[in-house]
Amino acid sequence: MIEFTFWDILRNLVFATRWTLLLSLAAFAGGAIVGLAILSARISKTRWPRRFASGYIALFQGTPLLMQLFLMFFGLPMLGFRIESWTAAVCGLTFYASAYLAEIWRSGVEAVPRGQWDAAASLGLHRLLELRLIILPQAFRITRAPTVGFLVQLIKSTALASILGFDELLKTANAINNATFEPFKVYGLVAVIFFALCYPLTQYARFLEKKATFG
Amino acid sequence: MRYSVDFNWLWDGMGALAYGAGTTLALTVSTSVLGIVLSILGAAARRGPYPWLRKLVGLYVEIMRNTPFLVQLFFIFFGLPSLGIRLDPITAAVLAMTLNMAAYTIEVVGAGLDAIPRGQKEAAQALGLRPRLVFFKIILPQAIAIIFPALTSQIIIMMLESAVVSQISVRELAQEADLLQSRTFRSFETYLVATLIYLSMSAALRRLLFAGKRRFLGAGLA
Repeated sequence: MIEFTFWDILRNLVFATRWTLLLSLAAFAGGAIVGLAILSARISKTRWPRRFASGYIALFQGTPLLMQLFLMFFGLPMLGFRIESWTAAVCGLTFYASAYLAEIWRSGVEAVPRGQWDAAASLGLHRLLELRLIILPQAFRITRAPTVGFLVQLIKSTALASILGFDELLKTANAINNATFEPFKVYGLVAVIFFALCYPLTQYARFLEKKATFG
Repeated sequence: MRYSVDFNWLWDGMGALAYGAGTTLALTVSTSVLGIVLSILGAAARRGPYPWLRKLVGLYVEIMRNTPFLVQLFFIFFGLPSLGIRLDPITAAVLAMTLNMAAYTIEVVGAGLDAIPRGQKEAAQALGLRPRLVFFKIILPQAIAIIFPALTSQIIIMMLESAVVSQISVRELAQEADLLQSRTFRSFETYLVATLIYLSMSAALRRLLFAGKRRFLGAGLA
């Protein structure tokens, strides 16, 4: 048994938190980009992209994230990619996030009044420009609260990357726990750190929601 | 070596996967029942006369909602024994899932109860029904009809999240897939099949719940 003081444990965990943050940011950025693509397929005028997008969303919302991560981790090498846990985690979380973000933003697009589309069309804009200049900015404004809410979800989901062997907060905690045999303290601290990351965002989402409701 | 897809192991693995899927369903059902009971109590406490109890339940909801389920599970399974509370994996899994789900459904159930007009309660009381009957026969069924879609989503989310209890060796679907792939060395195919089973289970569960709702609560209420 190695002697770790409380501060040693805390310091190591706080250092590991940067990987949790980095993973969350990478997955959110990736999820936003892929999510936009899925969103535009989902609201396309032709049927096949629409079908594909709703199948994609149903697939990622109807299966456990853990299985998606495992498929990424074991599937990509089959296609000839050598893969590390970091790549698998980012790819897995990106696809997962994209399905949810596409669905959240679609609800925003649907909440944009019909007249906005007509007005955009009457300006003679190309459909992509219509979306980019007129519809999406409004849709994003409407769905700011659930988007921040999903970011909390995503930060919590990065804990699953520990199962793939990626050294984020929880994996580091497991390692420390194996050395110190103080699971109560170690996992308690992990919970506190996650709470410190997520709670401000939860409060911010709540604030945005209130603002949206009461103007 | 070129990797090629091979599903020959599937015949032998079928029994294990079916067993795992059964465990996953059993976990989901027991969690849903316990979680809903707990959230009715929690919602009542949230609206109850004791400020300290209201605060306590609020704190509980915030803590559970802002920490990962996997961390909660590890805390309960590995952490609690140092307080002298030793749980077997299945109990720990059900406890963690129930506590997690309740944090999300307390507010859902509460919102449903708030949505029932006061007149319903007064009318039932005027009929001379006892308070307990008023709650269980008049208020609760209407509230459940209103929150049904949110509750259904939460139950399905919980079923999908239950995959991580494989990490404390509960032999549910994900764990059976884990064991299977370590025997067959067919990780991609095994996880693919397990994922498809989860997909069909979540689709089937959604249909079943909505069919049940139409049967027992009637259509058009929500």
